[in-house]
Amino acid sequence: MPASRALTIALFVGLVALALFPLFGDKYYIQLLTKIMIMAIFAMSLDLLVGYTGLVSLGHAAFFGLAGYVLAMMAPQDAAASLWITLPAALGGAALAALIIGFLVLRTSGIYFIMVTLAFAQMLFFFIHDSKYFGGSDGAYVYFRPTAALTGVQLFDLENFNHFYYVVLALMAGVYVLLQVILRSPFGAVIVGIRTNEHRMRSLGYPTFRYKLVCFVIGGTVAGLAGYFNAAQFGFVNPELLSWHQSGIALMMVLLGGMGTLFGPVLGAFAMILLEQLFQGLTEHWLLVMGGFIIAVVLFLPHGLYGLAAQLGRKREAEND
Amino acid sequence: MDLNIFLIQFLNGIQYGLLLFLVASGLTLIFGIMGIINLAHGSFYMVGAYLAFAFTRATGNLGLAILLGLAAAVVLGLVLERALIRVLYQRDHLYQVLLTYGLILVFEELRSVLFGNDVHGVPIPQWLSYSIPLTDTLSYPVYRVAISGVCVALVAGMYYLINRTRLGMMIRAGASNREMVQSLGINIKLIYTAVFALGVALAAFAGMIAAPIASVFPGMGNQILIISFVVVVIGGIGSITGTLLSALLIGLADTFGQVLLPELAGMTVYLVMALMLLWRPQGMFRKSA
Repeated sequence: MPASRALTIALFVGLVALALFPLFGDKYYIQLLTKIMIMAIFAMSLDLLVGYTGLVSLGHAAFFGLAGYVLAMMAPQDAAASLWITLPAALGGAALAALIIGFLVLRTSGIYFIMVTLAFAQMLFFFIHDSKYFGGSDGAYVYFRPTAALTGVQLFDLENFNHFYYVVLALMAGVYVLLQVILRSPFGAVIVGIRTNEHRMRSLGYPTFRYKLVCFVIGGTVAGLAGYFNAAQFGFVNPELLSWHQSGIALMMVLLGGMGTLFGPVLGAFAMILLEQLFQGLTEHWLLVMGGFIIAVVLFLPHGLYGLAAQLGRKREAEND
Repeated sequence: MDLNIFLIQFLNGIQYGLLLFLVASGLTLIFGIMGIINLAHGSFYMVGAYLAFAFTRATGNLGLAILLGLAAAVVLGLVLERALIRVLYQRDHLYQVLLTYGLILVFEELRSVLFGNDVHGVPIPQWLSYSIPLTDTLSYPVYRVAISGVCVALVAGMYYLINRTRLGMMIRAGASNREMVQSLGINIKLIYTAVFALGVALAAFAGMIAAPIASVFPGMGNQILIISFVVVVIGGIGSITGTLLSALLIGLADTFGQVLLPELAGMTVYLVMALMLLWRPQGMFRKSA
């Protein structure tokens, strides 16, 4: 069976399983899966930068956290905010931040880029952490989940955890398709070309800086989408959402699943959060286990779970021949 | 601002900058020579501080504790380079970021297991724990002056090592052309190991001498790591002179930021960095690539 068809079948089976899950699973697991899918959206947005454009950003959580804060700041204490106002505002905020930060950080490359993205994320972290207006280190609450009512018609109710689950599932699938379309367009060919050889792309006449900036803004906006729903789900935001640990975990999801593929980050998000749950159950010092696990993945599984599956597939093919 | 307060803040800024130099110079050497981005570098600073704390508690003598701690740090550096860092030389930066990120988690959690999550203090040695009176009401602690003196001596020592010795020559050669150095019969692997251990020792030493004034607390490593990144970005990777100037600049910016703009204290150094990126994205002392 060719690899691409096996993949399509696997994706389809996965999607159907996720769609049917709420019929059987209980509330705890439905909410856990919702959280995982939100992180999967976040990880896909990072993979667009890391896996496709070759921009290793260590500050991607800034956009994730920022969008959550936009929701928290706009949400009134005694009523639900409108989804149709707060979501565009949150996405706009994340996009604007990505445009400004991207303009500065993309002037650097390689190792500088890693350090500078981290430093800018940290700057936003301190901006929110030190300012009383944003609730400081204690964070801020979103008292009610945003309402989707529009001119009296309500399509879905985010207070209902089943509805929330399906909205996030639809968004995850939507982001997957959207990024797939972008990557298969001529624009996508250019950004992959930039990763492989930026000098060549520039000598072919492509304004690579602008391409990278557009990519950075798309990545930041999608990360904002994930951050918005993360804040809506937990009803709470704090500066940790922007911290570099959040960025580090997202990078790990991308690598663990298999970077440079779109389902890799999704797979990685599932694996990382389930492992987190597992390790937390084992010991109070689970971060020690997680640290060891991350080191082991880097050493022994450099192409992630997808790379492992592909390797096994090739082996079986060779045996069948 | 009163001139005396200005002077005290100025000295504090210089002292903090010199301390930053110790951490950032290791970071910049490890990248400049070995091509490794090391997120765990801040953890070595933290390890140093906790070693100073543990050994001072055990021996009652900070000087002795620093000697023991330095030996432990060098061993840690050698072991880590042999066991883990060596794998990363041929790998992409992403792997370096993630492996050293994993190391941070390991070091932080080990710290939590061994020392708990409380803030600890390390006493200043008796013979250094007095102050130089500046005016009737203001004075400056001798220990801070001593730290600055030690740091200046280390800066001079490093400058001499890199620019005037045979080992320094090999290090510089290794940074510019690894294969050529190897084919001339120089053991580049040994040099890499030495440079990494030197970097670890410098960061740990900075943590040890800072422990009595900054106390010893969880997360101290990450804080200094990110500031050191800013220093390296501004100074230009691989340049010792650039790192020194930039460390002093950031030390002063951070200290005066806390006095003049307390609302934005955490952000000052990053604003300096943003301006620098607009002006010279390749850093002060690096020829544009």
